[in-house]
Amino acid sequence: MKFWNLIKPRPGNLRLWQLAVLVLVFGLWHVLTKPGLIPPFVFENERQAAFFFGEPLVIFGRVGDWFFSNADIYQHLWVTLVETVLAFGIGTALGLVFGLWLALSPMAAAILDPYIKAANSMPRVILAPIFAVWFGLGIASKVALGVTLVFFIVFFNVYQGVKEVSPVVLANARMLGASPRQLLRHVYLPSATSWVFSSLHTSVGLAFVGAVVGEYLGSSRGVGYLILQAEGAFDINTVMAGILVLTAFALALDAAVGRIEQRLMKWQPKSGETEKL
Amino acid sequence: MSAPALSLSGVSCTFVDRHDAAQRYTAVRDVTLTVGAGEFVSVVGPTGCGKSTLLNVAAGLLEPSSGTVEVFGAPLSGINARAGYMFQAESLMPWRTALANVMAGLEFRGVPDARERAMEWLKRVGLGAFGERYPHQLSGGMRKRTSLAQTLALDPDIILMDEPFSALDIQTRQLMENEVLALWAGDGDKRRAAPSLSPTPSGGASEASGGRQGRKAVLFITHDLDEAIAMSDRVVVLSAGPASRPIGEFKVDLERPRDVAEVRATPRFVELHQAIWGVLRDEVLKGYQQQLAA
Repeated sequence: MKFWNLIKPRPGNLRLWQLAVLVLVFGLWHVLTKPGLIPPFVFENERQAAFFFGEPLVIFGRVGDWFFSNADIYQHLWVTLVETVLAFGIGTALGLVFGLWLALSPMAAAILDPYIKAANSMPRVILAPIFAVWFGLGIASKVALGVTLVFFIVFFNVYQGVKEVSPVVLANARMLGASPRQLLRHVYLPSATSWVFSSLHTSVGLAFVGAVVGEYLGSSRGVGYLILQAEGAFDINTVMAGILVLTAFALALDAAVGRIEQRLMKWQPKSGETEKL
Repeated sequence: MSAPALSLSGVSCTFVDRHDAAQRYTAVRDVTLTVGAGEFVSVVGPTGCGKSTLLNVAAGLLEPSSGTVEVFGAPLSGINARAGYMFQAESLMPWRTALANVMAGLEFRGVPDARERAMEWLKRVGLGAFGERYPHQLSGGMRKRTSLAQTLALDPDIILMDEPFSALDIQTRQLMENEVLALWAGDGDKRRAAPSLSPTPSGGASEASGGRQGRKAVLFITHDLDEAIAMSDRVVVLSAGPASRPIGEFKVDLERPRDVAEVRATPRFVELHQAIWGVLRDEVLKGYQQQLAA
């Protein structure tokens, strides 16, 4: 009882508990797949579990090789990162420009409305092979796929952001003498940016998806390519290692976005903030 | 005599439903209203009587269906560049700090020492220490003061105020009312000291009102009769909507400078209040009945 009180979950040892869950998952995985550790109860022989699900220790060994002994994953990670960042940047810029344009010219928006809806509802991953034909198997085709995914998220958010500019703030800026350009720069853009940032986590994730799926469908470098290669050789351990690296990478990207968001959006009220005077 | 700061003649505003052109609503009909240079005029009326519509017309944000608006004798087209507008709702840009908000108008006009002037105004409204805060970090009263500084920093000849203090509690409200009166009354000195922002338009307020040393003309919209009498030189009563029009006009001959809390106890205030309320009461009841029926 005394011991339980010591380790009872509380805000202070939250991280430890989160770590414990991770260790538990990998421990279970290890116990269930390690050949010869426990008698097989689903598969016919003791090697099959390892064949289908991989072994955590081997997977960690592979990740270690990639990062330390062979140190050959960095070029692949770099390629995937470049693709993600380019897709994100270009997609966001295009979405911002088109969103502002259509939101500020209702006639153009009315004309293009059905086409935008159609383009958005189309399963755009299917475009990947076409992009490969157009742009080759290099970085460009992956970036193109990522851009089509990111563009619509940002576009719709900017469109919404401009539509929902407070009419009072707008009227006030006009009374203060803002020209149409200044309105765009000082009212519409900041308002739209807040919407873009609220969708940033989603759009970075989608840029990443675009990059990896593109690599997976045909490439000569990148983490998606590594996974594809391993899959071809039924090397489940390398596939799992690749997935682990991708997951960690995605988490790191998300954290980076969170940082940027915090810096740029400090004007937004946060719930529970007791700084008011 | 020179032209009044603001002159609305025969202004009507009819709104048409965007989806159904047969649905029309006339907010104000045939309103004639003048605000002399340096004069503080309040417009009172029951809720929904088109007070804000009138203000938007005076600001140039809304074009009247018929009638004309003249600003210092010149017909108004587009935004009224000589007017500052204090809105009823939150109007600060939430992505700018208090200082940057006060600076906004000066920045839009390309004034070189915008930051210094904005800081000076922020200090005048008692927020010198809060310049780096964002609107959400300020209390309601502080936000209103920031709005006031934002409007006054441009040194407009006309100030339009749309129930600016209606969201504040009664104590803060009286403080703000006194502050506004003090800033308005003391404006002459400030004006001579500070260089004018824009090339001063001809026949500006300073010449028009002689002894008043260039006070700003104020058009103040409120539903609070006490506030209206305590602050203004003249109170205009609007009839209940739709198709509101002025139905009474009262000169407020109370001594200045006034303290809005103390002036309420003077016999003349009570007299005026009774006289104006006599006109307003029927309209308030009429407006209320219409709202119930709708």
